[in-house]
Amino acid sequence: MTNEDFPLPTPTPESAPYWEGLREGRLLLQKCSSCGKLRHYPRPVCDACFSMQCEWVQASGRGTIHSWTRTHHAFLPVFKQDAPYLLVTVDLEEGPRMNARLRGDGRDPVIGTSVICKLEAHDDNWVFPNFVVA
Amino acid sequence: MSLRDRAAVTGVGETAYTRGSGRSAVALSLEASLAAIADAGLSPRDIDGVIPVTGRGAIAEDVIANFGISDLRFSAQVPMGGASPVAALQCAAAAIAAGICRHVLVLLGRDAFPGGRVATGVHKIPAFRTVGEFELPLGAVSPAQLYAPMARRHMELYGTTIRDFAEIAVTTRQHALLNERSIMRKPITIEDHHASRMISDPFRLLDCSQENDGGAAVVVSHPDAARELARPRVLISGVAEGHPDSPASITQRADMTCLGVAKAAPRAFAMAGLQPADIDVAEIYDCFTYIVLCQIEDLGFCAKGEGGRFIREKGIGLDGALPVNTHGGLLSQAHMAGMNHVVELVRQLRGEGGCAQVKNAEIGLVTGYGDMGDGALAIMRRG
Repeated sequence: MTNEDFPLPTPTPESAPYWEGLREGRLLLQKCSSCGKLRHYPRPVCDACFSMQCEWVQASGRGTIHSWTRTHHAFLPVFKQDAPYLLVTVDLEEGPRMNARLRGDGRDPVIGTSVICKLEAHDDNWVFPNFVVA
Repeated sequence: MSLRDRAAVTGVGETAYTRGSGRSAVALSLEASLAAIADAGLSPRDIDGVIPVTGRGAIAEDVIANFGISDLRFSAQVPMGGASPVAALQCAAAAIAAGICRHVLVLLGRDAFPGGRVATGVHKIPAFRTVGEFELPLGAVSPAQLYAPMARRHMELYGTTIRDFAEIAVTTRQHALLNERSIMRKPITIEDHHASRMISDPFRLLDCSQENDGGAAVVVSHPDAARELARPRVLISGVAEGHPDSPASITQRADMTCLGVAKAAPRAFAMAGLQPADIDVAEIYDCFTYIVLCQIEDLGFCAKGEGGRFIREKGIGLDGALPVNTHGGLLSQAHMAGMNHVVELVRQLRGEGGCAQVKNAEIGLVTGYGDMGDGALAIMRRG
């Protein structure tokens, strides 16, 4: 799908490795090189020790549903074809959270349910994370 | 030094609230400003401080140019979304207490029709940069979608129900029917709420605030100057802002049922030397019904998780233990990013509340909520 109105990410030099990782089929988290604390979404400084050095580690993709919403009203025209769609807040087993689509069967999600990340190509350039029930 | 009683709101002003004014947000904010300045009994040239609030309304340069102000001494911006009008009261009070200026104009204008919609444009605001990169491409675009998981989590942890949300929508609408500026003019029932279309579960249409045009403004003055002005003096006795954990991403917030105002409330009450039980009337930011319920808890009116019960058992109507949003709020009067809440509280404390006047309202509270959970509150009293 190509659509010039689609709100594609605009990565920064600091977040680019995350998106590059998705293209390579890996869900990456930042890990502080100094104290080892994991963080997400990508940002420049570790809030535990203030180090700006980090490495990228691969997350398992496993997690549990922390909360969710099913969007019925498409606020941008590009999402109209998808509505209604599910967005889940996921507690990754490594600790940080992420928000992503849940590819479900139409039923309401249940908080605490185990889910696993599935990467899906959005177009030739972009790969986005989604979840399915594990 | 505390800011307790170091500033007073001396003037309040609003335009008509409409859907399609045919006027710019700049013009609307300036019209409201002129009304607020006249309400105070001041001349536009008396304004020596300006805090333009969020969005497309007039900025300091517009105020100087249009009002012929020769020596503006203070200008600031408070980028906290819907928490900005109340946080601006703190900023104004601090500038006045420091002796920088005497009369600070806080103004706001919105022209949602046809241009400046909030629901589809928030990702352009710097506070939404993180969300814009990592969540917007996946389809999380609007405040309704970003805040819905907070409400869902609250329901899961505390048994809060959509009936609790409906109670807020219905009561707020009842108040709006008493207010001549309200855009929403039809009564609604609990059933109407439940039957309204789903926007982003659990938020239905009647859980959501509106988009509209209009302007609102207030003048904050030195308390000595306030004594000599036109209206009964309304002092800012306690004021504070609070930023939630993980303010750039609700997703990453350890406890997503807790807002920034929870940090600000103890500071503001301590400053004022008051308790939640002392509050006669509360104007609580209501971009969504749930946000009212959550703030009632975070302000200390009840324990976390007890907001639904508080609303059911104590009541937030004009005869309730805590009358809330006596003007009809963002839900039913108009979405003026909470500037209309500040205006309404001042009117209530002056005894100018009209059909919605809370009897013997002497001490009141106003909150703001914005972006990903920023909060602010001001406790005011007649005096």
